[in-house]
Amino acid sequence: MNLPVAQLWLIPALPLLAAGIGALTPRGGRRLAATVAIGALALSFLLSVGALITALADPAAHLVHNFDWFELGSGTLRLGWVLDPLTAFMAVMVTFVGLLIFIFSTGYLRADANFTRFFCFLSLFAAAMLGLVIANSLLLLFICWELVGLASYLLIGFWFHKPAAAAAAKKAFITTRIGDLGLLLGMVWLYDSTGSLLFFDGGAGVLEPAALDALAAQATIGGLAISTAIGLLIFCGAVGKSGQFPLHVWLPDAMEGPTPVSALIHAATMVAAGVFLVARVYPLMIADQPLAHVPVHALTVVAAVGAVTALLGAVIAIGQYDIKRILAFSTVSQLGYMMLALGVGSWVAAIFHLLTHAFFKALLFLAAGSVIDAAHHEQDLRHLGGLRGPMRITFATFAIGTMALAGVPFLFSGFWSKEGILHAAHGWDVSPLPLYAGLVAVVLTAFYMTRLVAEVFHGTARGEGAAHAKESPPTMTIPLLILAGCAIALGFLGTPAWPWLQARLEGRTEIHGHSLLEGGGLMALSILLVALGIGAGWALYGRRTRTRAAAVDPLAARIPRIFSALTDRLWFDELYAATVGRLSDGTARLADLLDRHVWDGTIRFLSGLGLFAGFVNRDADEDVLNGGFDAGSAGLRRGGQAYSRRQTGDAHGYLRVVAISFVVLVMVIMLGGGQ
Amino acid sequence: MTLPLLSCLVFAPWAGAVVLTLLRRAGPAAVRGIALAFSLSTLALAAIALGAFEPSRTSMQLVERHSWISALNVHYHLGMDGLSLVLVLLTGIIAPAALLASWRITRGIRLFAALLLLLQGAALGVFLALDFFHWFLFWELSLIPAFFLIKLWGGAGAARAAYQFVIYTIGGSAFMLLGFAALYGATGTLDFVQLAQLAADGLVDQRLAALGGAWPHVVFLGVLLGLAVKVPLFPFHTWLPPAYAEAPTGASMFLTGVLSKMGVYGFLRILWPIFPAPLQAAAPVLLWLALAGVVLGAFAALRQTDLKRMVAYSSLNHLSYCLLALFAVAQAAGSAAPTGEAATAALSGTVLQLFNHGLSAAALFHCVGVLEARSAGRRGLDDFGGVRTAAPVFAGLAGITMFSSLGLPGLNGFVGEFLIFRGVFGLAPWAAALACLGLLVTALFLLTFWQRVFHGPRAGAAAGDFSDLRGVELAPLIPLVVLMGVLGVAPQLLIRLFNPLVTAWAGHPVVP
Repeated sequence: MNLPVAQLWLIPALPLLAAGIGALTPRGGRRLAATVAIGALALSFLLSVGALITALADPAAHLVHNFDWFELGSGTLRLGWVLDPLTAFMAVMVTFVGLLIFIFSTGYLRADANFTRFFCFLSLFAAAMLGLVIANSLLLLFICWELVGLASYLLIGFWFHKPAAAAAAKKAFITTRIGDLGLLLGMVWLYDSTGSLLFFDGGAGVLEPAALDALAAQATIGGLAISTAIGLLIFCGAVGKSGQFPLHVWLPDAMEGPTPVSALIHAATMVAAGVFLVARVYPLMIADQPLAHVPVHALTVVAAVGAVTALLGAVIAIGQYDIKRILAFSTVSQLGYMMLALGVGSWVAAIFHLLTHAFFKALLFLAAGSVIDAAHHEQDLRHLGGLRGPMRITFATFAIGTMALAGVPFLFSGFWSKEGILHAAHGWDVSPLPLYAGLVAVVLTAFYMTRLVAEVFHGTARGEGAAHAKESPPTMTIPLLILAGCAIALGFLGTPAWPWLQARLEGRTEIHGHSLLEGGGLMALSILLVALGIGAGWALYGRRTRTRAAAVDPLAARIPRIFSALTDRLWFDELYAATVGRLSDGTARLADLLDRHVWDGTIRFLSGLGLFAGFVNRDADEDVLNGGFDAGSAGLRRGGQAYSRRQTGDAHGYLRVVAISFVVLVMVIMLGGGQ
Repeated sequence: MTLPLLSCLVFAPWAGAVVLTLLRRAGPAAVRGIALAFSLSTLALAAIALGAFEPSRTSMQLVERHSWISALNVHYHLGMDGLSLVLVLLTGIIAPAALLASWRITRGIRLFAALLLLLQGAALGVFLALDFFHWFLFWELSLIPAFFLIKLWGGAGAARAAYQFVIYTIGGSAFMLLGFAALYGATGTLDFVQLAQLAADGLVDQRLAALGGAWPHVVFLGVLLGLAVKVPLFPFHTWLPPAYAEAPTGASMFLTGVLSKMGVYGFLRILWPIFPAPLQAAAPVLLWLALAGVVLGAFAALRQTDLKRMVAYSSLNHLSYCLLALFAVAQAAGSAAPTGEAATAALSGTVLQLFNHGLSAAALFHCVGVLEARSAGRRGLDDFGGVRTAAPVFAGLAGITMFSSLGLPGLNGFVGEFLIFRGVFGLAPWAAALACLGLLVTALFLLTFWQRVFHGPRAGAAAGDFSDLRGVELAPLIPLVVLMGVLGVAPQLLIRLFNPLVTAWAGHPVVP
């Protein structure tokens, strides 16, 4: 079953239609809303598989379909969509993971009054995300990029009556918008420099050699090549959307949304859009690589940001108590890994990790959702515990997700994709630091995930919710099982011995595998580090499990100051509130004060001058000044029609004066200087 | 003899006002019906004009030109190009919406409706007149109904706000009048087309210079000032927040939706074509002022606790984008660099932004009006809470309006802003970069508005009885919201009307 590129638009259009139907469905139409949303996404999934088949037939080609959006000057502004392996793999992942999460949601939100609205927003999100994936134009990508931001905003704030959710939604929108402004500027710069925003356009696209050579050849501020500057601005957008340092602060707060939303948007798909964006414009990002004289290459910055984020997210995750926040910081850290991979030159390693991460992190979030649902919305791990017995499927699948995330060797997909990234970092000749950051994060990841599993599933129940927890219904457990299967199986599509996925992404039909023993030293080291992390985690949390909710965390007992700093997320929020927040408040206050006093005063003075020039009539002058600036207080009290009649006279008076002075001036000038 | 379509357009609302004044004994329902019919005449006649209009011709169309005061060489001259057409369409949409938003007014509805119709006719006159003489009459006549609408139906501070509004604007106009008087003395014509032609040939500057002394500067600055107050250009904007805030909802909608466009229209129709060289010389300074309007306007909005003042400041911010684009184009005109594409984009964006801002700002004022109507006139940021729980349909429509206003792609506001940024970046990159801050802060204050009023638990005026939108309250909002969606997806519907025109403008000196 092939899907020709001209019909690619159907993939986002179906969920969009479902969103429209969902918006018009009354609250009672729960079954209809869910059926339409799930049906549309299932069809999109089938179409995506068709698209993947088409794309794999000739993996090196970028099939495009471009069209005019509106006329602009003598030309038109064109948009379009593209079909290549990158698009197709992403579309299949988004529709498949999305489908499972949609199904899970029917169980998770079964009691929510706004069930239909939820599926409307989810479908809107899916449509925008799929549009983003197939876009062949930076502008179309940006449009969808903002729309996924909107869907994310609506879904984080889904329980909008909770002030925390409403605040988190706003924070997410504003923080990502900071990055988006960089993306916007990069986009207009690109448009200005090349006259196009289409990625591929038969040689005239911005990702094709002619445009790239021109962009790399010109220098701009600070000796940067234009391609570097544009690349870095576009990367700003990715930093915001993918929760990279220093804009990572919104992602943990976004956990205020319902858990399926966290799984779909804030773990598997939307937050990975930044990684996808950089991978999509990769030819632009590497255009400056041959240049030796530039102060910095775009990718070096990407690698640095990725490395810092990978480490930072993993460190902060250690000190968190909320299941979802631990997973959120883990997402931040894993997205950092992907950026790191992009930065060190291996975009295929980044996309491979993006795909495996989407499955195992969606699995972890949904399993966490299953726990939270069973434990009556308790998500503080100090109040959970002992869920291994009552929730066997959830426990087993969560354990598989954990091992995939921690990178337990050979069987689990996360191991292979993380290996690919470490291997690429090892081969980077600019600096060894990303590799070191990646290796340290390996230990930390294994450690905090072990802590999480030990605290939630082992020991005894420490709260009412956990004590009465039961396994979730099949609508929730079946998606968990399928995702768990994928969290294992997917790794085998990209092992070093048979790197099928990487070869197809790079547009090759033949596959060059090599023995696992090549570069085996690094692999052995990382396996050792995983073991170290799990061992340390188990030693601290697993051997003697927590007995009371109020008991001190074993790590906090050993390093109390550092641990509380981590619990407080290294005070990034406080820092931003004290700097950016204050600056913004101060500027707003200043603008307001300037308006009320300085400008208003100046304008009064100027208008006084204007009146002096315009109104020679003394009576009018007095009326105006007294009436206007002595606040017309007498008039206020009188009110009524008499007053209005008096004012009528005045306004006509002004006009009469204006007319008379016009005639006078015309005469003066005609008699004076005119011909 | 063919129908003088443009005259009908301009004077139909005035005829309506006359009819309303004569029908002294008509009941409120009849008054509303008649007023709405005359108000809708603009849309109907504009549709006919749309049919006759050829976008590819960039000169004036449907022209009516008759000698009027031959001693002063004054002609009655009306004409329409793509820019006028877009603004006439906007007036045709906003005026009935403003009337519908005022449907529940009981006190003096006849006078209220008549004044709104007068205002509508005056605005149409400004958009279609091509001779300074009657253009200026329309320009000034628009103030009188606006003054009374604010003063008699406005809030607590309405008297002062109405005075301030009229006097600032007349103050600015006095300078413009002075400027045009001198211009007339120098050139002997008040016809915009002739003046622009003279300017294109370099004769305006030459003749003004012949007046000697500071006259060329005085004339330019006078006209500039008159227009700058009207738009308003920062820092001549301090009349705007009180006037918009104190006006009754319908008047606020019309003021922001249509009247605020008159200033930008004046810049495009008069200042730029007739004074290209002085404008180019002044552009670097004006660019900073427009930038200040974008950024400080948004920051000032962030600080407001009165929702109407907040929306008023957002108007300052949005219209400053138009001026930013125009000044960037004016500054770059005639430079050696190939700037045609950027200038086209900037000008397209400006015209689109005029239309889009009209839709979204009018809708926003209506939303605040709905809040006021349900809370005995409260409109503070902290007077509400959880409105979305109480009134989901209202919340949904208000939400779409806000996202349109903050430039969300997929809705109308984005396309105009994108084109403005694309154009300004090509002409003055640093200005585009700084203006981004305005986009961010706009999102911040609108989402703050949304969060405090619509989200959270039900509180304040929304804690008690707070019904959802009903009947006639929906009537103004639905068409506006539908247009926001349609123009967000298919901006070509509007762009095709003015693209050849702005392309011609971007190419060479401007002759309307």
